[in-house]
Amino acid sequence: MSHFLKDKTAIAGIGLTEFSKKSGVSELSLAAQATLRACDDAGVSPSEINGFVSYTLDSTDEIELARTVGAGDLKLFTKVNYGGGAAVGTILHAVMAVATGVANNVICYRAMNGRSGQRMGQGVSGQIISSDLVHWSWYMPYGMLTPGSWVAMIANKYMQRYGVTCEDLGRVAISQRNYAQNNPRAAGYGNPLTMEDYLASKVIADPLRLYDFCQETDGGCAILITSAERARDLKQKPAIIRGVAQASTQGQEQMTSYYRDELDSLPEMELAARLVYEQSGLGPDDINAACLYDAFTAEVIMQLESFGFCGRGEGKDMVRDGALDIDGRLPNNTHGGLLSESYIHGMNNIAEGARLIRGTSTSQPAGVEHVLVSSGVGVPTGALILGRD
Amino acid sequence: MAQSFRMKPPMGEDNGWWWKQAAEGKLAIQRCQSCQTLRHPPRPVCGECHSFEWDHITASGRGTLCSYTVLHHPQFPGFDYPLIIILVDLEEGTRFTSQLINCAPEDVTFGMRLEMIMHEDPDGFRLPMFQPAQGAAA
Repeated sequence: MSHFLKDKTAIAGIGLTEFSKKSGVSELSLAAQATLRACDDAGVSPSEINGFVSYTLDSTDEIELARTVGAGDLKLFTKVNYGGGAAVGTILHAVMAVATGVANNVICYRAMNGRSGQRMGQGVSGQIISSDLVHWSWYMPYGMLTPGSWVAMIANKYMQRYGVTCEDLGRVAISQRNYAQNNPRAAGYGNPLTMEDYLASKVIADPLRLYDFCQETDGGCAILITSAERARDLKQKPAIIRGVAQASTQGQEQMTSYYRDELDSLPEMELAARLVYEQSGLGPDDINAACLYDAFTAEVIMQLESFGFCGRGEGKDMVRDGALDIDGRLPNNTHGGLLSESYIHGMNNIAEGARLIRGTSTSQPAGVEHVLVSSGVGVPTGALILGRD
Repeated sequence: MAQSFRMKPPMGEDNGWWWKQAAEGKLAIQRCQSCQTLRHPPRPVCGECHSFEWDHITASGRGTLCSYTVLHHPQFPGFDYPLIIILVDLEEGTRFTSQLINCAPEDVTFGMRLEMIMHEDPDGFRLPMFQPAQGAAA
């Protein structure tokens, strides 16, 4: 029996602002630009939008954006938690609403002055006692205050267990920087990266170096979800949503799931994989390209295993074989990704997923039928499979 | 060495008791009173038997290094860099996130034996840190 959500909805429009280090405009303005561009891309009037979904981290509330862009009456407004783990979660919420008739045209958005405004790597603190703050307080007093520090602990264990080297991480960074050379929007455009550069870059949180970290970006991205039926009548080739899921597993913490028996895999991503494969009726062999969440290089290698593209500990071998490159087994983050295009918390990776299905990536591999996109790593997460109509 | 820079944990119902133990020089581990399962970080209910009744034991302070990272950047005021953050598998069976001191970054190894040493800031705040176990090396 076919899953209820399979093939019912599609990405009909994508909208991006310029990506920069200082936008000079408000985050609301970025969200509005991205939304209007997504509507224009699809050929849907903003007045037809009746749902908005974003991240709890996003400063722009749904109703502020609705008023700003002249949206219609809203039937869905919600925000998804857990940083970049929200990325395809926003799509799931929109898909559920559209597939059930709760809403018709839903905008998923993330807009942030991530460099000139609130940066992600500046440390966390707080006074109000909540379960979340108590969670962070097991790390804060020790000076473990940044995403890099939290991720490095898992990456180091994983690398030690499976013999993954710094050069393997460098291969991921370089592959994505190479893609960025074709993408004028990308922060890495015009700035190629060599292994020599990579290895010479400063160590931030051992074993992670500067180029293992994503960009910090001012910018916005919006994705328009509508029914597959409607999408077929709109301006763009629809990216049909074959499967979409959120996933969180036992022992889950936000970034610091350190108390599970084994620390050398991503259980929540394995669950996301199982759910999207079941929903779509597809498997790893059906996936032709990917946008694996890449706030850090090591996470890309681990996800190759989570999604079954290889066995445990074999992610490094795929990377060494050039699997992530344009002519490889699984071209990955062909826009440059969070590492080399921009860091819009994974929303820009979803946009690239849609472009890969449309055939309009600036580094378009041949014969793309299905694209896998994932959400943030080390947090409650999710996965999305897009397909050609 | 450290000034009174350290971000203090919020002292809520679920975790404040643990820091009071640390202030008394003890590394505490929460224990379910019903099924005796140890758990860390502390939380109000046992995930095994769902009992809300708990007490705690005092850990021996001995353990082995599960994983680590050496932090270089960004550098927050008051911390000494490179800063070695570790996961310790305590011999009682729970895992604990801490700092490794009295050890050079290049001497850190997976599985090395560690012992707890209670660190005290100039303002009197105490938190457990670890150092290589005496007599463990060489």
